[in-house]
Amino acid sequence: MGTCPECGAAVNVDDDVVEGEILECEECGAELEVISVSPLELELAPEEEEDWGE
Amino acid sequence: MIKVSIAGASGYGGGELLRLLLFHPEIEIHQVTSESQAGKPVGRAHPNLRRVTDLKFSAMADLEPCDVLCLCLPHGEAMKRWDAFSGLGGRIIDLSADFRLRNAADYPTWYGHEHAHPEMLDRFVYGLAELYRDEIRDAEHVACTGCLAATAILSLAPLVRAGAVDPSRLYMEGKIGSSAAGNRADRSTHHPDRSGAVRSFKPTGHRHTAEIVQELTFGGQAPQVHFSATAIELVRGILMTTHAFVNDGLSEREIWSIYREAYGREPFIRIIKERQGVFRYPDPKFLSGTNFCDVGFERDEHSDRVVVMGALDNLVKGAAGQAVQALNIMYGWDERTGLEFPGLHPV
Repeated sequence: MGTCPECGAAVNVDDDVVEGEILECEECGAELEVISVSPLELELAPEEEEDWGE
Repeated sequence: MIKVSIAGASGYGGGELLRLLLFHPEIEIHQVTSESQAGKPVGRAHPNLRRVTDLKFSAMADLEPCDVLCLCLPHGEAMKRWDAFSGLGGRIIDLSADFRLRNAADYPTWYGHEHAHPEMLDRFVYGLAELYRDEIRDAEHVACTGCLAATAILSLAPLVRAGAVDPSRLYMEGKIGSSAAGNRADRSTHHPDRSGAVRSFKPTGHRHTAEIVQELTFGGQAPQVHFSATAIELVRGILMTTHAFVNDGLSEREIWSIYREAYGREPFIRIIKERQGVFRYPDPKFLSGTNFCDVGFERDEHSDRVVVMGALDNLVKGAAGQAVQALNIMYGWDERTGLEFPGLHPV
């Protein structure tokens, strides 16, 4: 079990998770990158910027 | 079965309440009234209910005693006819503004007339389950809220109650669909003028401000609410955008925690704030016909501002659905009974 760095929600992590894997927080939808497995460390995965303005 | 009657059932709010209650497993509709449609089938006013029910409208003078009387009348009518109504229903749920404000002196200020029964004001419970669930459970009288007020209050209450934002600076902009104006046509609702409008109809002085201030007063400190209302191209729906300013450098994660604490177990409040996809924040488009109020926020990284977005269907969570939710609580039924519709997509 990890914690979402974005919203603080608990994030379920499988036992066989590997470094670099991308997970999604069920609460806020943030994509999270597994930085380290032991100890478990999650960071926000880089995202593409979006600009709907003109 | 509990016998419910609806006074003023030919309007949009009354029709929506009828639609919901016709499919409620614990409710039997006893009578529905309309002065203009008395004797006619309800499908004449509400085409979506054709062949769903064979009910006909009655005149108000023919109302009989029932278990619950729901009042869906124009503002001012419920208080004017209170003596007649109070003897008919064991419990009364009023969907107008007549019993929402606790201070009788607020009625001349915001509604332009004295209150006909000020002694009744403290016997009504304000109808938001999220704020008054325990009181509604034991209530005989419930006053459903203004639709814009419900959106504003549900959006902001957790932050104001927690002391997370400066209560002297709450800037609210409510965008609202045409059904909130009721089913009586006037010059402002004439199709060529209303269609496509983005109309600032109440930049200041909207009467729901009184409710918002009343219900966002915590610990005796009344907030300064700066509220503007704009009519937009929707039939149903409200999007309320509030600009508030956080105290003590509150982080986005701490704001998450406040909302999760307040609403994590609420059946009809969803915290909508997603990092991915198109549907990242509340949008009333997907809430038509549902009892949900969606709440989202974003903390401005460049200032101490937090932008809070709330959305709901003004006729459901903003009126009739709120009444059904209160009714469910009053009778100890599952709060979601009769309110399970999840909305449509695409719509």
